Amino acid sequence: MLKNRCLIDPSDFTREEFREIFDLAHQIVADPEKYSKSCEGKILATLFYEPSTRTRFSFEAAMLRLGGKVIGFSEPNSSSTAKGESIADTLRTIECYADIAAMRHPKEGAPRMASHYIKMPLINAGDGGHQHPTQTLTDILTIERLRGGVENKTYGFCGDLKFGRTVHSLVKFLSNYEGVKFIFISPEELRVPEYIREEVVKKKGIPFMEVDQMEPYMGQLDFLYMTRVQRERFFNEEDYIRLKDRFILDPEKMTYARPDTYILHPLPRVNEISPEVDSDPRAQYFNQAKNGMYVRMALICKLLGIY
Amino acid sequence: MLEINSIEKGIVIDHIKAGYGMTVFNYLHLDKAEYNVALIMNAYSEKMGKKDIIKINNVIDINYDFLGLIDPNATVNIIENGKTVKKVKLEVPEKVINIIHCKNPRCVTSVEHYFDHVFHLVDKEKRSYRCEYCDDIVIPYPTK
Repeated sequence: MLKNRCLIDPSDFTREEFREIFDLAHQIVADPEKYSKSCEGKILATLFYEPSTRTRFSFEAAMLRLGGKVIGFSEPNSSSTAKGESIADTLRTIECYADIAAMRHPKEGAPRMASHYIKMPLINAGDGGHQHPTQTLTDILTIERLRGGVENKTYGFCGDLKFGRTVHSLVKFLSNYEGVKFIFISPEELRVPEYIREEVVKKKGIPFMEVDQMEPYMGQLDFLYMTRVQRERFFNEEDYIRLKDRFILDPEKMTYARPDTYILHPLPRVNEISPEVDSDPRAQYFNQAKNGMYVRMALICKLLGIY
Repeated sequence: MLEINSIEKGIVIDHIKAGYGMTVFNYLHLDKAEYNVALIMNAYSEKMGKKDIIKINNVIDINYDFLGLIDPNATVNIIENGKTVKKVKLEVPEKVINIIHCKNPRCVTSVEHYFDHVFHLVDKEKRSYRCEYCDDIVIPYPTK
């Protein structure tokens, strides 16, 4: 039963509960019009303490396409946060007006903490360099639509794996499925955090490699998940400049990939995928963005107890 | 040989890993105690080589989670009429609340200060803990 639950981290739901969401998402993709009045009379609050384009628009578009309404703020200076209000107080107030909320915050764990203060369903729309579970829903819906399922596949993750919250959530999710393998491609300084390597990947006995080159491993991958080195996560600008262009996927590197290796990216992209790759049919990152709206429609419906 | 008188009624925390006695002493606010308290550091121990001991000549509330976190091999003896009437077995706590604080500057606990700091046990041998909010892993009191 997903009604009134919060999605803060992929470990909050079971495989079966995620299955419910994906099944509904596939139905929505097939016939979006059928769901256009599902959330009439319901209000989604989008609380974005950090800039966002895709995720916020995707949540808002999802609610509007379900016939619901949206309130919220897109940067903290336009809310009482600027006056020094605590996160807990903001959430308790918003709960008086909305039925469900999506929250993005630059501090890790902010949505988890906030969820302890409210009864309405809360969705983590990204917390610092920690987790981004609805991007994972987007990624999985894309993977399922491309390859039928997530099991028995090798996933490459490339770029900033230390602060890449989308990577952390996707690895956590995939770690519950049989036959998955991971190849983590990054500079040493940007490797996956200890809790992901030790507590998720190693604990579940998943074969993995940590490497600092892309080309030799491209041929092994079913999916290559590229990520941006995020300037906003660095306390030191010099480190950012040194690491930002370490891995750039271009047409030459794509020649090492199999014809059935798909390229995913949570977006926004900066330099890590050259624009020439966009026309390659294996580049699927813009389809991901569209799938994100559908799967968020399904998530909103489930958490509100509709369907 | 240093001699400390035995106590009539109170608590003896024995076999504390050498070097952690002061941590326990401070956590229990024994520096402000108005009753007799003894902190013995680097006492000889056949088993441990050296150990710390705290003797408290009073009955006070002890947070056993905290002691288990510092050193689960320490022993707590409750003394009445000069005799040990109870020995408390310590365990490494599965969850600790407001004992350790997250040091990750990116964690929400670094900017909002009105809620509990919660850590969950990750590895009993290493005594490592994970912050409930940011998942950062810490070993607050290393075993070696």
